[in-house]
This record gives sequence, structure tokens and C-alpha cells, in this order.
Amino acid sequence: MNRLEKLESEQESETAPAPVIDSLASIRDMISTCIQCGTCTGSCPSAFAMDLTPRQLWYNVLRGEKETIFHSKTFSLCSVCYYCTLRCPRGLPLTEAMSALKQIAAKENLAPYKKSTRFYKSFMESVYRHGRVREMELMTLYFISMKNPFLPLQFAPLGMKLMGKGKISFEIPSKGNGALKAIFRKVEELEKKTQRKT
Amino acid sequence: MKYLYYPGCSLEGTALEYNSSTRAFMQELGAELIELEDWTCCGASAAEATSHLLSLALPALVLAKAENMDGVKEILVPCSACYLNLKKVEEKIRKDTELLDKINIILAEEKLNLRGQLRVRHLLDVVANDVGSKKIFARVKKAFTDLIIAPYYGCQCLRPYSIFDDPEEPRSMEGVIKAAGAKIHHWNMGGRCCGASHMTTKPEVALELVAAILKAARGADAIVTVCPMCQMNLEAYQKKISGMCKEDLSMPILYLPQFLGLALGLSEQDLRLDMNLSITKAFRNKLLS
Repeated sequence: MNRLEKLESEQESETAPAPVIDSLASIRDMISTCIQCGTCTGSCPSAFAMDLTPRQLWYNVLRGEKETIFHSKTFSLCSVCYYCTLRCPRGLPLTEAMSALKQIAAKENLAPYKKSTRFYKSFMESVYRHGRVREMELMTLYFISMKNPFLPLQFAPLGMKLMGKGKISFEIPSKGNGALKAIFRKVEELEKKTQRKT
Repeated sequence: MKYLYYPGCSLEGTALEYNSSTRAFMQELGAELIELEDWTCCGASAAEATSHLLSLALPALVLAKAENMDGVKEILVPCSACYLNLKKVEEKIRKDTELLDKINIILAEEKLNLRGQLRVRHLLDVVANDVGSKKIFARVKKAFTDLIIAPYYGCQCLRPYSIFDDPEEPRSMEGVIKAAGAKIHHWNMGGRCCGASHMTTKPEVALELVAAILKAARGADAIVTVCPMCQMNLEAYQKKISGMCKEDLSMPILYLPQFLGLALGLSEQDLRLDMNLSITKAFRNKLLS
């Protein structure tokens, strides 16, 4: 199976399966001295749209509540603005912890986060192929992986505007030269090693 | 002023005008930009959302290749996401030798080795500090005395590494904008998040964030930005957001080097004003009269 076929056929898990290692444990360590002050919630520009506030999310992480965490919208709404990290009175790497949760959702293909995960993976696929992301190819791969015929229509008006200005041009996804193959492969290998060790 | 130059993927695509205007502006100021050979993607926000190690390896690869280029020790980066990714590596490897070793195991696949010799500079840092308002003032050919500009910094060039500006109340654009003759629209939204890639995957959230910024900019003639993601988010959805908020929130969005370049007498062709989506006829007349 080539990488694109793999992307399309990846099975989704409804809930966080019992992972080989407790992937949440390292994130718990990152935020273990959280005092639940709520400064992060107060600083977050996307908190208005979240079901669990950032503070509540960290509470659940401290308690190891995997089910709750991986059914909430919270970490996937983090736009990595770093306000929480800046202001946390404990100096905790909160933004990095949010990203770590995203990484779990991506690695385990959790269904509630399908949209975001497929977007990021389509992005990385384009980078893998060409060494740089090709914006049109990214969107094409994203549309293919989402399998929703109406999705491209949502982007059509903007796409037309951008094409009209010559900012993007129609590109057929291509195999590329696999310029970053070795790097990607080595990273995967080292990540598997870390998982087995813990 | 001599810098290595890392445009990043956006500047070759949807942010072409940022690339052109940065080069034109820096050249006008007598700076030399040496583009990195065979540069690759920094990972943007996608790498960080999928793999921690990859999110460090990709920018590390960029820096390792750049270190092999002779002489120049500073790398100029106009895109805030690229800037943060490269800066993150620069900062983390300084303190964490274990991480540096791990990164170099990966880079060895490409026969490269990162030493941590380069200083990563955001375009705004260079414009505000290396170029500075005095140099700009001395070269202004067209002072925009009738314009009020809202400086918009976005998140990633300010936080978490607050190197050239305050992370909460940024001011670094003000000197150079005033040097071009314009007045500053004082607001507290300069460093607020534009929603970044959520505009694609979670537009209901990102549109709210942009709406808040556009509302707060009312009264200004234009917003000036230093990030391709921010620029696109602010300018590409104005009709939709105006509809959402039931008021006309249309606002021209310019890149800083476009605005400063015009003040220095550079042409709209050099600065690719034809590529901005949000320049109204009225504003264009103000700019080019």
C-alpha cells in the first residue's frame, strides 16, 4: 500500500483503545504541578467554543480520564497561540501538552477528530512527497480523504478568488521525489522505539 | 545587512506578495538576502499536531542545511509559523543536549549535523531593529499622513519566545509605521489569535476570532500584518464575516513590507499589490495618489 492508500483506509477507533503504553502518563507529567487556577481558561481565545475548558481538561489529564478527554473538543480547538503557556503561574508547557493530545488523537485515528487529523496528515503527505507543501495538492488530498462530495464546494468561492489572483493553480497530486523519505522513516523508527521502551 | 533567507512554503504560494515585497523592501534598504538552497518545509502547525519528533526534525533539517552555507550567521524568516518552528529548535537545543543528539541521529540520514550556530530572525525584528525607523524616515518619498494603520502581529512571532517585542502588548511595528508618516490605531488586539488553520477545519471558531479583530479595527484605514496565515484569515472572509455580524467590516489588509515599500516609493508591481484580496478602490486611491 502506498502512503495515500494507507491514509484513506486507516481504521477509525470510536474510543481511545487500551494503548500499549499509557500515552497519557507523559502528558500528566508535563502538567503535574497544575494548581487549577484557571488562568489558562481565562486566556484562551477559543475557550468559548470548548465543551471542557482548558482548566477542566488538565484536571481530567491529572485524573487519567481518557474517555472524557478523547471525547471532548478541547485540545482540537487549540490554535497554538501560546497565551496560556505565557501566563501560567506554574510555568507549565500547556500548549505543548495540547499538541501532545493532538498527537495521540492522530496516531490512534480517533473518530471525533477525523477532520483535523486528516487535514494535518494530508499536509504532511504533501510535504513527504515534495519536501514542501503544495497548497492545492494539500486541499485535494484532504478532500479525497474526507470522502465528502460537498466539502470541496465549501472552499470553491475562496479557491476561485485565489486562482483568479494567480495565488494558486490547479495541481494534480503527484508522487513527488520523496525528498524527505529518510527523515520521515527515521523519525517513525525512533518513535516506535520510545513506545516499546516505556 | 546580510541574511540567509527562508521564505517557507506559503510565500511561494498564497503569500507570493509577501515574498516579493520583502525582497523588494530589503533590497531597497541595501540588504542582501541569500535564499537557502533546496530548503524544505518547516512542518508548519501540521507536524506538531501529528508527531513531536517530526515537528523538531523538519526545522532542524532547515537549520542544519543553512549552517553549511558560508559566513552568514543570521536567517531571516518572514512567516511567523516558520519563524517559531525554527526558533523553537534554536532555543531547545541550546539547553537540551540529549535532544540535540537525538535530532542529529535523524539528520545523519541526510549526512547533516546541527551545531546550533545560527540566529533565527523574524522579518519584523529585522525591520524594527536592524533597519529601524530612522533609516526608513530618511528614505520616505511618500508619507502617508492621512492614514491610520492598525498593526497586527499575530501570535507566533510574539510567543512563547518574546525576543523582540512584548508578548501581550506588542509595539515593535509602531516606530516604522510612524516613520512612514501614518498614525497608529491604538487597540489591544494586535497579538490576538486569528484562528490559524482552524479557518479550514473549524471555521465556526476562526470566523469569530477574525470578527473580533476586524470589529476592533474599525476606524483604521488598514491593518498591517507580518504573517501569511494571519493575512489570509483577515482578508479572505470579510464578506462572510460582515454578513455574520450584520455590519460592513471590510478592511484592507497589507503586509508590512508592502506598506513601507510604498512609502519608500517602490512600485505596486514590485510589491505585488495586485495579489491582495482586500484592497478597495478607495484605499488604492489613497495609497497611490
